[in-house]
Amino acid sequence: MRTDRLNDTFAALADPTRRAILARLMAGEASVTELAEPFPISLPAISKHLKVLEQAGLIARGREAQWRPCRLEADPLREVADWVEGYRRFWEQSQERYDRLDDYLREAQGEEPPDDQEAP
Amino acid sequence: MADLQVVADPGTQQIVVTRSFAAPRELVFKAFIDPDAVRRWWGQRDNETIVDQLEARAGGRWRFVQRSPDGNENGFHGVFHEVTAPGRVVYTFEWEGLPGHVLLETVTFEEQDGKTQMTDSSVFQSVADRDGMLRSGMESGAAESMDRLDEYLAASR
Repeated sequence: MRTDRLNDTFAALADPTRRAILARLMAGEASVTELAEPFPISLPAISKHLKVLEQAGLIARGREAQWRPCRLEADPLREVADWVEGYRRFWEQSQERYDRLDDYLREAQGEEPPDDQEAP
Repeated sequence: MADLQVVADPGTQQIVVTRSFAAPRELVFKAFIDPDAVRRWWGQRDNETIVDQLEARAGGRWRFVQRSPDGNENGFHGVFHEVTAPGRVVYTFEWEGLPGHVLLETVTFEEQDGKTQMTDSSVFQSVADRDGMLRSGMESGAAESMDRLDEYLAASR
C-alpha cells in the first residue's frame, strides 16, 4: 500500500461535503449539477471538491463533453478499509487474548465467569 | 471491566497494550510464567496451546505451540531477559513462521485496590515490522469485507 496515496485518500475524506458526495455516488453515477443540488454552495465550489476527489482517485469522470458523470472508484477505499481492518483485527486479537487471561484469573480465584449479559 | 487499550503511534516501532484485571498481581504475574496457566489462556480461543519450554528466569527459553482444530501448528519462542516477581517480565518473541523478525516485550503489573493494571509494551525491529504485526491476521477479515465492498461497488455501477 502506498502511504502517499493513503495520505491523499484520508485528506480527501476529511471533509463532510466530499464524504456526502461519495455517499451520493454509492447510489450510482451522477452529474455535477445533480451532485451540487443538496448543498447550499456554488457549482464552482462543488467542482473544486470533485477535483480533490478525482485527484485522490476516489472518483472518475466520464468523457461525455456535456455531462461528465462522476462515479465512485473502489481502489483507494479498499486501501483505507485494509488499513483500518488491520487495526481492528489486531485490537480484536488483543481483546480475545486478554479476555482469556481474565477468564483464567477468575477461575484461579474460584470465581464464576461473568454472565453473558455482562460480557462485552 | 474490559478496559483494553492499544496504542500504536504512527511511525514508531512500538505497540503498547494496557488492561486491568480483577486479580492480585501475584496471580497475573504467575499467569505469564506458569506452564499450566499459559496452557489455559495463551493464544486463540479455538486453538490448543502446547507449552514446549518455559524456563522463567533471565536467560531461560520459552516455546509455545498453537495447534488449530484442523491440526495446523504454529510455533512461537523467545528468551526471558528479566523475570522479577510480581512486577515485571521482559522477553523476546519470535513467530517461527516469520523467522528473524524478533520483538522485545516488556510486561509490567501494578496493583491498585485489588486490581492489577497490566502494561504490555512491544518494541519491533522496524516500523515495517510493527505495521506488519498490526496488519497480521487481516487476510481473512479484510478479504471478506473487501468482497462486500466490491459487490457493493459493482452493484452501484
